[in-house]
Amino acid sequence: MAEVTMTVNGKSVTKSVKGNTLMTDFLRDELRLTGTHVGCDTSQCGACNIHVNGNLVKACTMFAGEADGAEVSTIEGQANADGALNVIQQAFQDHHGLQCGFCTPGMVMAAASLLKENPKPTEAEVRDYLEGNICRCTGYHNIVKAILAASGQDVSGIAAE
Amino acid sequence: MPKDHGIGASPKRREDVRFLTGAGNYTDDINLHGQAYVYFLRSDMAHGKINKVDTEEASQMPGVVRIFTGADFEGVGGLPCGWQVTDKNGDPMKEPAHPVLAQGKVRHVGDPVAAVVAESLEEARTAAEAIELDIEELPAVVDMKAALTDGATKVHDDLSDNLCYDWQFGTDTETTDKAFAEAAHVTTLELVNNRLVANPMEPRVAVGDYSRANDESTLYTTSQNPHVIRLLMGAFVLGIPEHKLRVVAPDVGGGFGTKIFHYAEEAFCTFAARQINRPVKWTASRSEAFMSDAHGRDHVTKIELALDADNNFTAVRTDTYANMGAYLSTFSSSVPTWLHGTLMAGNYKTPAVQVNVKAVFTTTVPVDAYRGAGRPEATFQLERVIDKAARELGADPIALRRQNFITEFPYETPVAVAYDTGDYGATMDKMEELMDIPGFAARRAESEAKGMLRGLGVNCFIEACGIAPSNLVGQLGARAGLYDAATVRVNATGSISVMVGAHSHGQGHETAFPQVVAEMLGIDESMIDIVHGDTSKIPFGMGTYGSRSIAVCGSAMVRATEKIINKAKKIAAHLLEAAETDIELKDGQFSVAGTDKSVAWGDVTLAAYVPHNYPLEDIEPGLEETAFYDPSNFTYPAGAYACEVELDPETGEVTIEKFVSADDFGNVINPMIVEGQVHGGIAQGIGQALLENCAYDENGQLLSASYMDYAMPRADNLPHMANYTVDHSCQTPCTHNPLGVKGCGEAGAIGSPPTVVNAVIDALQSGGHKVEHIDMPVSPSRVWAAMNG
Repeated sequence: MAEVTMTVNGKSVTKSVKGNTLMTDFLRDELRLTGTHVGCDTSQCGACNIHVNGNLVKACTMFAGEADGAEVSTIEGQANADGALNVIQQAFQDHHGLQCGFCTPGMVMAAASLLKENPKPTEAEVRDYLEGNICRCTGYHNIVKAILAASGQDVSGIAAE
Repeated sequence: MPKDHGIGASPKRREDVRFLTGAGNYTDDINLHGQAYVYFLRSDMAHGKINKVDTEEASQMPGVVRIFTGADFEGVGGLPCGWQVTDKNGDPMKEPAHPVLAQGKVRHVGDPVAAVVAESLEEARTAAEAIELDIEELPAVVDMKAALTDGATKVHDDLSDNLCYDWQFGTDTETTDKAFAEAAHVTTLELVNNRLVANPMEPRVAVGDYSRANDESTLYTTSQNPHVIRLLMGAFVLGIPEHKLRVVAPDVGGGFGTKIFHYAEEAFCTFAARQINRPVKWTASRSEAFMSDAHGRDHVTKIELALDADNNFTAVRTDTYANMGAYLSTFSSSVPTWLHGTLMAGNYKTPAVQVNVKAVFTTTVPVDAYRGAGRPEATFQLERVIDKAARELGADPIALRRQNFITEFPYETPVAVAYDTGDYGATMDKMEELMDIPGFAARRAESEAKGMLRGLGVNCFIEACGIAPSNLVGQLGARAGLYDAATVRVNATGSISVMVGAHSHGQGHETAFPQVVAEMLGIDESMIDIVHGDTSKIPFGMGTYGSRSIAVCGSAMVRATEKIINKAKKIAAHLLEAAETDIELKDGQFSVAGTDKSVAWGDVTLAAYVPHNYPLEDIEPGLEETAFYDPSNFTYPAGAYACEVELDPETGEVTIEKFVSADDFGNVINPMIVEGQVHGGIAQGIGQALLENCAYDENGQLLSASYMDYAMPRADNLPHMANYTVDHSCQTPCTHNPLGVKGCGEAGAIGSPPTVVNAVIDALQSGGHKVEHIDMPVSPSRVWAAMNG
């Protein structure tokens, strides 16, 4: 067991963890931040995406100990200060970018990273960026639309129906 | 101007807010005080005789609470099959025992042999490694045709062979043979409908709990139908009466069929919690899901189509081998029979249709319903053979289909079902318009100028949804009723809770169902909440599958709301001192016809619960009504799809350049949600056509047990927005349910696979490659082999 300290969604957290505790288990079991989901065991699906020091990370690929001293942000920390949905979350709701909601936290975290790196992506760039995220419900169509809309681009013309 | 509320509007989904903020409550988010964890030790061989499972050393490992094996389930029921199919000889299907933990033999990779319950998952997993297994390997049974040969290794030693049933349905043999003998042309095609894994993004989870205080068990589980699980597990497996068993399916992360069925892990967690008097939790890993979730499809078919000299279809005959896997999953037996054979007429007035299906046991994971369930298999065969016939005859594939369309309704097919309504010409017109068929030649020329081949594929389909009439499905072998139920509870201040048997796991019921009630009552949707997923709260409804929720449960909700309106009018009549027949309800106001006298919805509901001025001698206080709805027929959504692919002859790679769906879902409650369902279905259909394949080797080893090996469609595999249109403007309302709705959940997955494959074959033919068929998934290597083979 070792002590780790990190900032999670703006709050400082100190916990004792085992060396082999995955970040997903740390968030879900220790901090009860259950919005970070586990959809696979091969780092393919992206449901566990979080931000660590501003970078998009699949939480299943890192140990909690590796986040010692880091700034961590999860889906629970994405809404605006007043609790309202942020621009990306709101775009997902507006454009029906989610159905069962299980992959959604990972999609929102990936979208935030994309728009930070590339504030006005093309449709092809959005689709390419989402190669690490699997959604089984939406066919991605409305996720792509939501992300383009969140970037401030007009999607009404390009989206047929 | 689109409506902004009620039926036909697209309000934003209210459930989204919790999912977008990480506040969803999925089963794995549930942790009970004092819970233990179970790890299942699963067979790594396809077939073997269990000589010994020695748990002695493992039992002494740190943290182990108890280890269970098949012996602990002697005297406990096995997992039941919910549908009895009768063989063409009149014999019942063979129904092997399916123990919760393997007894005597293991029959597929993933068959659970032992279950270790420990203080932590890590300790359970570590202890499982110390279990000594003595399993004598037996030959795997993988290929269906080989499984039926004399002397083939038997999956179940107590059965005479590996044939579950040999089923024949539709037109008699003499009539069918005569039609083929008299045909001017016969087209024959042999094809495979590839085995798939449903892969909802949330793996299955079960948490069993037990209260000694009142002898009650609770199961939290990832289910599409908690009441079905309660019935099956309580009555058939564990012998717990319904009033002592509660099943809760909270937020569920997708289902697609695979979360309909009652699984061993659910029964285990419920059983073990009673045994150790502690909650027991199981969370599947994704690789565990691949080897324990029921798979889908896996049919091998020969289809023949007979035509007369004028290109009229005169007969269809199919011969299918359907893989059941090692055991009969809950609804497995119904999929290749009643959910498949009954749709074999398609959209066409073919007078003779005969369907033959041999269901086969193999040493693979059980196969059951996956999005579409039987109907994608029927559509794929029929629409592929029609395409081949068109080419052989030099006919236009659209014209050939149109010529043979059913145009008068109701229409009774030779395969038992009666289509109530439809307009296949209208969806075809819409598809042709949106696809710009006349522009195809120019688009092909453009592709060819780049050195690419371009193909156009079209397809029509019909499905039977809203499963449905209990008296009919009972005759067909269903061991359950297939009605649904809703309770409308109006509260004193006028807000409403609607408890429904349907379960929402992505379909947006929490948003769409209130639209219906709000429209009927003329009140704001925000006053209405839907309650689902907990058998202790909802009436005994049968859940969500087969595109049935709005057609069956929605209809129950309409009936219950009608009862509410009738009673509320009586109360309003009393308050207004008028005759009940003069009371009108509009925009949430009850008024006396032809006067300015009215009372508001809230005044009436308050009077129902504070009955100071109330006709107590005539009606009871309170305002709560339940309705069970059992429809008189299935619903029959239909559509016309088209797709254009570009094929790189250098690599065999196929990309979808244009895709159009024109569906007839009858009336639509929430267009945004309906379109979302179609998008998802199309992605799964394109996935089946181009990417997905659940593969076993000859030893029964599962080769595709992770997302490294099983190709899930990703965002860049699907058509871009500018070249992709889903349309549902052709609407022929269902004639027999009160909403006129048909269901939209499965259409995309049914309509798209043959569309894509037809387009690929068209592209190859245009390049001079005489390729008649490529089995799905149409991967670059298969295309390459077909071109160069």
